[in-house]
Amino acid sequence: MTAVTPAPPSTAGAPAPADIAPGSRSGGRSRLRAAAGFAFGAALLFAVAPLALSDFRLALLAKYLCVAMVAVGIGIAWGRGGMLTLGQGVFFGLGGYAMAMHLKLADAGPGGMPDFMQLYGQLDELPVWWRPFASPWFALPATVLLPMAVAFGLGSLVFRRRVRGAYFAILSQALAAAMVILLIGQQGTTGGTNGLTDIQGFFGYDLDDPVNQRMVYFIIAGVLLALLALARQLIHSRYGELLVAVRDSEERVRFLGYDPASVKLVAYVVAAGMAGLAGALFVPAVGIISPALIGIVPSIEFVIGVAVGGRATLLGPVLGAVAVAWARTALSERFPGTWTYLQGLLFVVVVAFLPGGLASLWALARRRDAGPEQSRRGWPAPARRRASRAEAHR
Amino acid sequence: MTVLFGQLFTGISIGAVLLLIALGLALTFGQMNVINMAHGEFIMAGAYTTYVLQQSITGAGLSLLVALPVAFVVAGTMGVLLEILLIRRLYARPLDTLLVTWGVSLMLQQLARDVFGSPNVQTRAPELLTGNVAVPGGLTVANNRLFILALALAAVAALTLALRFTPLGRRIRAVVQNRDLAAVSGVPTARVDRTTFFLGSGLAGLAGVALTLLGPIGPTMGTNLIIDAFLVVVVGGIGQLKGSVIVAFALGVLQATGEYLTTLSVAKVIVFVAIVAFLQWRPQGLFTLRTRSLA
Repeated sequence: MTAVTPAPPSTAGAPAPADIAPGSRSGGRSRLRAAAGFAFGAALLFAVAPLALSDFRLALLAKYLCVAMVAVGIGIAWGRGGMLTLGQGVFFGLGGYAMAMHLKLADAGPGGMPDFMQLYGQLDELPVWWRPFASPWFALPATVLLPMAVAFGLGSLVFRRRVRGAYFAILSQALAAAMVILLIGQQGTTGGTNGLTDIQGFFGYDLDDPVNQRMVYFIIAGVLLALLALARQLIHSRYGELLVAVRDSEERVRFLGYDPASVKLVAYVVAAGMAGLAGALFVPAVGIISPALIGIVPSIEFVIGVAVGGRATLLGPVLGAVAVAWARTALSERFPGTWTYLQGLLFVVVVAFLPGGLASLWALARRRDAGPEQSRRGWPAPARRRASRAEAHR
Repeated sequence: MTVLFGQLFTGISIGAVLLLIALGLALTFGQMNVINMAHGEFIMAGAYTTYVLQQSITGAGLSLLVALPVAFVVAGTMGVLLEILLIRRLYARPLDTLLVTWGVSLMLQQLARDVFGSPNVQTRAPELLTGNVAVPGGLTVANNRLFILALALAAVAALTLALRFTPLGRRIRAVVQNRDLAAVSGVPTARVDRTTFFLGSGLAGLAGVALTLLGPIGPTMGTNLIIDAFLVVVVGGIGQLKGSVIVAFALGVLQATGEYLTTLSVAKVIVFVAIVAFLQWRPQGLFTLRTRSLA
């Protein structure tokens, strides 16, 4: 397994793996730059945003940052691994529901039952599968481990049998559909269409208090930065290169002696864990989790932010997700219909005509500055386009 | 016995609707490897066509008969436009096509909302299709479901015959089996692609007309159906129609049986698990074209 080192990105002759960040292998300098960027981002999130934004806007930003966490995961699974996962809402929802169930039980007090259960069902006692969530020691790890377990289950079944591409996308979307229908159908124990609402406290802190809302924001910002650091390590590791290789030519990687199924599985599970964590933090930030937030439509909306920002870059998905979420709020409160058109147009224009996302514009501009000798880096080479065309029609 | 038969027939009629939708998808996905998420909105277009026609043609039976060809052409034209404007630029990137057509479907849904309003609209069913018909053994089946079953079977028959015996069908089969070889043999693959898209989208229009008999017409009516239809294509295998036919009815019956034994929501989960399990056994679907490629 260890004998074969994936070729460095710029080897002549090989189809240039498009989106590997320039300098990803140049060691010290890029690490320094990353650290500087990281510090800049931290300053922006922890100092500038809380000072510049009102409590209301800050709470909105907290919500966007949760979406951005999902986007980091999609960037790894889709941008780097080529797995278009249209069901991230499932993992977001699993994390969110796990957290919300715990907070609901905490609100109800020891031995109490969540308010909605008396409303819908004639339940005399808590359902068995709710009980473990009363303990934070179970609920908190579950927000991440539960989505990862589901992703592992589905992924190990599906990738090993080489179900991929569009087939995988459809299956992941069907998973989201099934999950939502299940949640709505089991109204008595899941809250149905309304979901779990009206969450008051967060580990003893009152969520109505603006100070505590700020605290939630800081937690979210910190977690997002941590996930970004994790994603950077992953992308720039040997594993990260292998993942890109699997995306670009799965068969070649298989012939080299690797197992593409496990490579993809890791990326998918990591993405699921990130989505679960995002869902868990979304709940205290917004105070609700419901099927409408995790179904087919929200799941695919997670993807559009990633596409807009630049699917294969580290920061692109984050910035794209925040920008799209922000534009959605800004536009849909004033012109609700227009936003739908715009969102549709965004899908069409970005994906069809700017597959590298806005990040590719930036890379283009930088390359102009750097002069012609750098021009082959970081751009889908014509050779690769042709190759994948042939593959597409097999 | 009565209950069992009732469930079986419900399943078959769910399958017939799925089949009508999936036929078009099987054509386009099989030939061009394109996932068209806007297919659901072509269904919607077919349904609204029926609604519009009923505003001017008063006889419900006549308007339904007129709606069938008109909806076919309307949806087919939309499909060809989509193919020319967007999809043909994206043949090398099937996953991106999925996202692009999803964007198109969002816009079409909003367009329907702006033109026809957000609330669902209803059409009148022809008198002939409202009642039940008795079958031997003291059982009854609903006329409208019988009509849809007949429509689906007629579509399958027509498509099978067209694929097998017409020059167009021969060209389509050639492109499906080996695009490059077809191209060098003089088959105009781009034109064949466009025709296939017209046929596939037109079938979605027919499905839309059929659906007006079962329920209300709304802007999002296609979204939920499309996923089930895609599952039919994935499980049935691409490149051949018989897989889709068998799987559509199998899924319909499984769904109906699951619904009867448990609840609607659990039935959906059962169907999903069954599909994943099935793909363990046959990852390429029920029937596949034999090729020497690795994929």
